[in-house]
Amino acid sequence: MKILVCMKQVPQKDAPLKLNEAGTWIREDVSYEVNEPDAFALEEALRQKEKHSGEVVVVTAGPARASQVLREALAKGADRAIHLEDDGFVALDAYNTARAIAAAVKDDKFDLIFTGLQSDDYGYAQTGVILAQILGLPHATIIMQIEKTDAGIRVKRELEAGFFQYVDMPLPAVLTIQSGINKLRYATLIGIKQAKTKPMRKVTMAEVQSAMGSNLQKIEKLYVPQKSKNTEFLEGPPAEVAKKLVDKLKNDIRVI
Amino acid sequence: MDKILVIVEQREGKLNRVSWETIAAGQAIASSTGWALEAAVVGSGVAAIAAEISAKKLGKVYDVESAKLEPYTPDAFAHGLKQFLEKHPAKLVLLPHTYQVRDFVPKLATALETTAISDVIGYRYESGKLLFTRQMFQGKFVADVSFSGSGPCFVTFQNGSFRADKVEAGAAAAPIETVNVDIPDGIVRNKPQEVFKEAKQAVDLTQAEIIVSVGRGIKEQKNIDLAKQLADALGGELAASRPICDNGWLPMDRQIGSSGQTVAPKLYLALGISGAIQHIVGMKGSRSIIAINKDSEAPIFEIADYAVVGNLFDIVPPLIEEVKKAKG
Repeated sequence: MKILVCMKQVPQKDAPLKLNEAGTWIREDVSYEVNEPDAFALEEALRQKEKHSGEVVVVTAGPARASQVLREALAKGADRAIHLEDDGFVALDAYNTARAIAAAVKDDKFDLIFTGLQSDDYGYAQTGVILAQILGLPHATIIMQIEKTDAGIRVKRELEAGFFQYVDMPLPAVLTIQSGINKLRYATLIGIKQAKTKPMRKVTMAEVQSAMGSNLQKIEKLYVPQKSKNTEFLEGPPAEVAKKLVDKLKNDIRVI
Repeated sequence: MDKILVIVEQREGKLNRVSWETIAAGQAIASSTGWALEAAVVGSGVAAIAAEISAKKLGKVYDVESAKLEPYTPDAFAHGLKQFLEKHPAKLVLLPHTYQVRDFVPKLATALETTAISDVIGYRYESGKLLFTRQMFQGKFVADVSFSGSGPCFVTFQNGSFRADKVEAGAAAAPIETVNVDIPDGIVRNKPQEVFKEAKQAVDLTQAEIIVSVGRGIKEQKNIDLAKQLADALGGELAASRPICDNGWLPMDRQIGSSGQTVAPKLYLALGISGAIQHIVGMKGSRSIIAINKDSEAPIFEIADYAVVGNLFDIVPPLIEEVKKAKG
């Protein structure tokens, strides 16, 4: 199985974020990490390769800093990487991101393409499905299990409220992967060493530009949400806070 | 006149109630913009749902039909709706942000060479320009988003962003038009099996009056017991955010959020939960929310009634003692 995993670098979960001066994006001087569902997508690709042999290729679209995500993926066992490198990739809508990735991998023939189900920054939950449509491939979303069958694959889709569904589908196909589908591995020392010699292809914006169009959606303004609730902050040493909380539980919330 | 189309969701011939919220959103936008509002239901033999929604204040209701639309597949829905929208163009197409909508709308929008603004929580209509508000960076920020292009703009609304009970009834039933779409053999590539539940739900958290819920801030599996002691002291149920259940620290049937249960207890006490959107949608209807988190910028504080910025391991032990004392 030849598998492509689309990965994204996003601000770290606990990183304090600040708005830029124009109020259109965050200030970029924060710590970054791999988008969590993408890490599960990579792990799943590595497991499928271990079962069925083949190749795992990782791709990302982002500034120079995003290559860290690819290096970590190579250290965990991916075979090669593709980096669409340009600061401009950050500001693309999901349609253009998918078109750029499709253009960058057009000479490869993959059996499976994985993305995480959504990113922690934009949270579109769209790029994988759009990529499937552009490439003319069937897709399934929010996947919790993948089994190879004679005719293709059988996947387990997560539905809402604790429901699931198995779906049989042919290959090649695009799947968006849910967090928790597997247990993540750590990179080994030898893996980290080997990663340095694995191929990483750089793709410039100019190389994929002709496949892209203008963004059809635009962030006019990014801002801190207005509070809809009047939140009361309880302060003091722990013992005092505990007393204050019990007072609220008793007299205001009335559950004691 | 520009037109807004609401596509309601049905599963196995039953209207998904969240669709009322989308109709409420459509009515609000129609009233702001002066645009016409219509609705559509998509499926096989779903005329009863078309009749059900035609009682609301809508210009028209379409019953989009094909035998290939049941069971749901993204291929059939995208193909059938593309055909429908090419014949019945709309400026805006509104849908609830459900797992099913997430599965086919990006495909449909791409097939029509247009865009979808997903997981929207509100809108603004300012000097003739329509902006949609959506959360970004896991709810830490919100963005006002504009759209361009010639095709319909798809907008999917987060659960609970509009109130279902605000839907206006119509003076008379809206006319219903049945539109049969043609989905040739070979279009549908996926073969979906029956929908099922993993295990019989052991706990029904929707009935609990008090819920103590834990998130990543609990750090280790052995610390879950601390939250359990607090839940026991309060006489409540223990629940968790998704990562805790993914790790197997608590069973999946204790998960709150879009992929778990949606609850609205008297008290929701969130311990070390940052408040990712997927979690918030499952508990924001709670009567009172107490949040304890060490990160003062955690989005959970946006919806909390009472907030404690601090280490839960310092605060929970004395809290358990105080609760026990108060209860006698």
